[in-house]
Amino acid sequence: MLSPQYTKEKQYKVLVAKLGIDGHDRGAKVIARALRDFGFDVIYTGIRQTPEQIISAALQEDVDVIGISILSGSHIYHMKKLMEGLRSLGADDIPVVIGGTIPIIDVEELRRIGIREVFLPGESLRRIADVVRELAKEKREKESYRG
Amino acid sequence: MPSFSQLNLEELLNRASSGNLRAMGKVLSLLENPYEIPKNLLESLAKRSGNSQVIGITGIPGSGKSTLISRLITSLRRNGHKVAIVAIDPSSPISKGALLGDRLRMQEHATDPGVFIRSVSSKGLKGGLSLAALTMIEAFDAFGYDKIIIETVGVGQSEVDIMKAAHTIIVVTMPGAGDDIQALKAGVMEIGDIYVLNKEDKEESRKTYEYLLFALEKGDIGLSDSSWRPRLLKTSAIMGKGIDDLAISINDHYDHIKKTGRFFEKVISRRTLMMKLLAEQLLIENVEKIYDGMQDKLNAVARNADKIFIASIEIAKRVCSEIDNLDVN
Ligand code: B12
Ligand SMILES: Nc1nc2c(ncn2[C@@H]2O[C@H](COP(=O)(O)OP(=O)(O)OP(=O)(O)O)[C@@H](O)[C@H]2O)c(=O)[nH]1
Ligand SMILES: [Mg+2]
Repeated sequence: MLSPQYTKEKQYKVLVAKLGIDGHDRGAKVIARALRDFGFDVIYTGIRQTPEQIISAALQEDVDVIGISILSGSHIYHMKKLMEGLRSLGADDIPVVIGGTIPIIDVEELRRIGIREVFLPGESLRRIADVVRELAKEKREKESYRG
Repeated sequence: MPSFSQLNLEELLNRASSGNLRAMGKVLSLLENPYEIPKNLLESLAKRSGNSQVIGITGIPGSGKSTLISRLITSLRRNGHKVAIVAIDPSSPISKGALLGDRLRMQEHATDPGVFIRSVSSKGLKGGLSLAALTMIEAFDAFGYDKIIIETVGVGQSEVDIMKAAHTIIVVTMPGAGDDIQALKAGVMEIGDIYVLNKEDKEESRKTYEYLLFALEKGDIGLSDSSWRPRLLKTSAIMGKGIDDLAISINDHYDHIKKTGRFFEKVISRRTLMMKLLAEQLLIENVEKIYDGMQDKLNAVARNADKIFIASIEIAKRVCSEIDNLDVN
């Protein structure tokens, strides 16, 4: 390293994506812009993404957090696929969060399959940014390769 | 699979070289932050690089560069090339973060194993932008991506630097952008090898085409290389028109610079520029470190208005001795 003890302020990178056949993109766009305004580098991959597309983008961009938005009702099915995909590539240390119209009774199941946080309609943008920043920080601290 | 955080540099590079997306993504992150580039990384990469054609695509915001690149990727893939894209974001100066929008237009290629897309934010890089772009070129070249496309908006010194490091410079404009073209002059507008008028599906396209043709014939633009006659092409990225012609011109330019020796000259000049930028980075980094450590003393100097110039020389001297102690083996 050039000078390991002297590193600059961290810039975290987040992926925001819509998973599955679901055209409700308002929430995802609101989140993408909000996270940018809170200082994140944000990559938005648009609607109708497959787990494979999201995972490829996350790995190529080396993001710190993956944020998924689902308002179609099929969150459990899609998130299971996404988490399996990440695990099979040894990439399940990348924290995943989800937001959208998710019934409260599903929150526990989502957490059980490894989703770090579930955000429901009406969630405050500041709290979302705070949680995402904590998760990003925690992930970077575990890496020896990125300050 | 073992956790990535436990790999050493060599293992990480081996995985990246075998095409592992995560490992490549990590290597790029190491390069992105000039404060943390491991010394041996650049060596290992550069030893294996120098073969790929670097294609710089620049031009006014919203002219359709990313959409065009997505089409171009399809065409290049059909001809068996492996394609890497470094998309540099024209981030807004207002917020600290950035919404990196180029990938969205290319996302259809996300799962193609022969395509790698990386977005770079100019935020947090502080002048290290061109350095990050140059080191990423070495990486993609080493990883066997034989066509490396760099997207930038053609304003600012670091973007001009980046474009000059490209083998083939493509300047994209759109109908009705006459004034913007004027504004870009003296930047990268003048040094295109290929000029593309995109959105030719739009009504005003003929007028802009004639304007560009005139500028090209008059010698106002297209001044990069006297042995190559710059071309003007019309495309519609939305309709998928003119893309194959563009791919052919890119290939013609490649053949041309291979023949004249300019291809390797560019590799040399981009690496020398990389060294200059790294040296600058090293200095800046140490100036900041020494400066931070001398706050009390500098405050006293400032308060008494005594020996101000001498104090700045002292900062510089300490920076030099700090650098003197660097392990160069
Ligand atoms: C607006 C809307 C539409 C608009 C969408 C416009 C657009 N481009 O987004 C239109 C009219 C097009 C539409 C169409 C349909 N809709 Co609609 N729609 C809504 C509505 C009223 C509001 C959604 C919204 O935009 N909210 C505002 C945003 C900001 O909130 P949000 O997305 O929830 O995001 C917040 C949090 O959830 C969280 N969050 C969300 N995503 C993410 C991501 C990350 C990373 C993070 C950290 C946080 C986060 O943070 C945000 C801020 O707090 C909801 C009902 C509701 N109250 O939610 C129904 C709703 C989602 N729609 C519904 C349905 C059924 C449909 C249709 C199928 C209707 C039909 N039969 O035609 C179609 C299908 C459209 C399609 N192509 O998929 C159902 C879904 C049922 C389900 N989940 O099982 C809902 C729940 C209505 C209902 N109660 O029946 N819809
Ligand atoms: N009519 C028309 N629209 C186009 C064409 N190509 C791109 N666009 C549209 O132009 C807008 C900008 O396209 P991008 O590809 O994002 O342009 P860009 O030059 O990469 O933009 P920045 O990266 O923000 O500078 C989008 O709405 C595209 O759909 C074209 O050939 N014709
Ligand atoms: Mg673009």
